[in-house]
Amino acid sequence: MVDNSALDDIPGTTIFTAKKSQQGYHLNQFCTSLMKEANRERFKADQRAYLDEWPMTEAQKQAVIDRDFNALLALGGNIYFLSKIFATDGLSYVQAVSTMTGMSVADYQAMMLAGGRSPDGWRSVKERAAAGLESHDNATAESTEVGTADSTEES
Amino acid sequence: MARITAGLTTTHVPALGVAIDFGKTQEPYWKPVFDGYEWTKQWAAAEPPDVVILVYNDHASAFSLQMIPTFALGCAEQFQPADEGYGARPVPVVQGNADFAAHLAQSLILDEFDLTLMNELDVDHGLTVPLSLVYGQPQAWPVQVIPLAVNVVQYPAPTGHRCLSLGRAIRRAVESYEHDLTVQVWGTGGMSHQIQGQRAGLINPVFDNAYFDRLVADPDDLATMPHLEYLREAGSEGIELVMWLIMRGAMGDDVEELRRFYHVPASNTAVGHLVLQPVAASST
Repeated sequence: MVDNSALDDIPGTTIFTAKKSQQGYHLNQFCTSLMKEANRERFKADQRAYLDEWPMTEAQKQAVIDRDFNALLALGGNIYFLSKIFATDGLSYVQAVSTMTGMSVADYQAMMLAGGRSPDGWRSVKERAAAGLESHDNATAESTEVGTADSTEES
Repeated sequence: MARITAGLTTTHVPALGVAIDFGKTQEPYWKPVFDGYEWTKQWAAAEPPDVVILVYNDHASAFSLQMIPTFALGCAEQFQPADEGYGARPVPVVQGNADFAAHLAQSLILDEFDLTLMNELDVDHGLTVPLSLVYGQPQAWPVQVIPLAVNVVQYPAPTGHRCLSLGRAIRRAVESYEHDLTVQVWGTGGMSHQIQGQRAGLINPVFDNAYFDRLVADPDDLATMPHLEYLREAGSEGIELVMWLIMRGAMGDDVEELRRFYHVPASNTAVGHLVLQPVAASST
């Protein structure tokens, strides 16, 4: 048995393991389909109808419609695949990525210009808990799913 | 005989390609980044090699989750720029060198590196942004390119040790090619960045600067760094840095550092760039 508990201890971070890849297979393949202009047009015209062509879970489909990228990470999405969704929306990485941090785009860009997010305090869920910092994780949706019992993230 | 004349590493952030394609390189946000590549552009224009073996990672462009090769070598005559969801970048088609690629494939597999061989491969920003940073906006790229795509999307990426060893095998393979070719090896990606989750925006200049030093001076020691340390210290996408070790392995034991550049930020990422030249003439 592979022990990924150390990977799960990185706060606010989802490591895209083989298990996550299996969980998110159809979600990520749907994202891949958006690399074709004709598919982007069909998706934009009727998102629900387009999503219903894919054997995704209802939670995955709803998170796509909501553009809830943290939920999508928890449901097996990978950021490079999810980028096809925000590319279809005409958003940059910065615009889309900032939505996952709970910061406004302007605040996020200001943080980056000031040198980015320091790793101090962000190395370990345990370290954050010991320091009395808010626990950040993406496990809300993950905790309800089969096959993710190895997650030690708090929700 | 073919020989390796130089190597470089560079970040391949997609926004750098956008800035070049849309004429934004002199805007205040971008100017310091592109100024940092001016030395390299002069150096590169003075002495372009025949071939660049360009180590990069595909970003869910050519490879979906249907197949996830750890190392994939581009053996085609040419490679089209990929449509990553915004439309393809307006850059020249990348010309390969099929005969040399076939030689590399055979040499490396017989040297026990079990590559996936690609007779069709669309190349995304991971490959085309480094070409733009070094060669600007020509009508045609001045070099042939052999893409070497490394999986860093699905955990685990190959280990640093495996990457360094592959680089050394590439050096042996290049030096056993009968035709006179000058070859550079480029390692791309990095430096610290994380583009997902609540920890997104992570930048670690202490880690990045130590990485430069260790890559140049003691790659065998650097190659022992476990994945967890990359992920924790350099961000979940900072794991791309393992690809720099392939370049380093191909340089031989001793290198001269010609150029180093570091800048924060480009989009979500710490920009890191090195130009190295092998000191020893022969293989290690």
